Amino acid sequence: MNSFKDSGHIFRLAAVFIVGLAIFVAVRALLVPRSFGKYGHYRGDAIGEIASRPVNFAGHQACEDCHADVLTKKTAGKHARVACEACHGALSNHAADPASVTPNKLDAAVLCARCHQANTAKPATFPQVQAEEHSGGIACDTCHQPHSPVIVAEGKK
Amino acid sequence: MNITRRHLILLLPAAALAWEHVLAGTPEASPNYKLTEHWWSMLIDIPKCIGCGNCVRACQTENDVPDGYFRTWIERYHVEDWGMENPIVDSPDGGKNGFPPSEHIGGKNFFVPKLCNHCAESPCTQVCPVGATFITPDGVVLVDKKYCLGCRYCVQACPYGCRFIHPKTNTAEKCTLCYHRITKGLTTACCEACPTGARQLADLKNPKDPIHEFLRTHSVQVLKPHMATNAKVFYNGLDGSVR
Repeated sequence: MNSFKDSGHIFRLAAVFIVGLAIFVAVRALLVPRSFGKYGHYRGDAIGEIASRPVNFAGHQACEDCHADVLTKKTAGKHARVACEACHGALSNHAADPASVTPNKLDAAVLCARCHQANTAKPATFPQVQAEEHSGGIACDTCHQPHSPVIVAEGKK
Repeated sequence: MNITRRHLILLLPAAALAWEHVLAGTPEASPNYKLTEHWWSMLIDIPKCIGCGNCVRACQTENDVPDGYFRTWIERYHVEDWGMENPIVDSPDGGKNGFPPSEHIGGKNFFVPKLCNHCAESPCTQVCPVGATFITPDGVVLVDKKYCLGCRYCVQACPYGCRFIHPKTNTAEKCTLCYHRITKGLTTACCEACPTGARQLADLKNPKDPIHEFLRTHSVQVLKPHMATNAKVFYNGLDGSVR
């Protein structure tokens, strides 16, 4: 036992380290969220929290469930692949409660020009007009039906 | 209010329970969604982009992006005859309200929509000191707002400039690939609002996704491939001048 004779200070130091380690482990267990490290070095529950955000754009499927007539018209025309909310805006409120939330009336002059106003950077195959020259200030929807915009000449049907 | 020792002892279990609730976190929002069955990406078809700004506005509406900050934006390129190395790029308010007529005559002009590339080997997640940003098992790079310190390491690490610090919360913000939508079976807000189909959400783990056929049959590129980020936003018809 002679080798341990003057070693009291080492044991005391070891005790301090062990207590320190125990406190560290306890505090860490208390502060680190359960899901940390579930998938990687991050809080796994963050994924669920981000996924639980409410949706604003209902998606064209939701529109088509009720507005089948518009869908039929649209599918036949040039705007077949344009989703409803591309023009009408985010309408998940309306989809959730169609009776009390009604969509705003749209301004054709602004909406049509957004896509069809000529710009040199637009692909050449995309139909473009200089709005002022094209209609002379007449609203687009006087001649074009937004859901099926091609004007069919009379008697050509 | 005076708290006696007796009160404190009674309060401790209640505090422990409350803390337990905080640790437990929020349960999964979409119970039928399996993280391991998807690997999300996006396809951007440059020849279809008309620079209408629908995607930028839709993103702002869907995700409450503050004015002047962008999770997605559109750039207009003007390249003179052989001036590939010096393209003139503009993006007025991120292209949110479309683009005015170009000041430049001739040359090559086109639009390039940009967003987070959701890199499989993303530099931004590697530099986060606290584990607040990460790539999910289904391939989306996200930010945990509760953990983010706002240190801005990730903002400067992103080679594509896709991150910003939210002016109110002071935490890092970025495109979530509309994670709250894609986990519910919807497409992203930008893809939903794109009138020409220039943007398409794609699931690389879904063998029926048309992306596979598209990638086989087109000359598709990613941005800055030399950065070895394994970016997952694929550009069709991308010009060499795009940075």
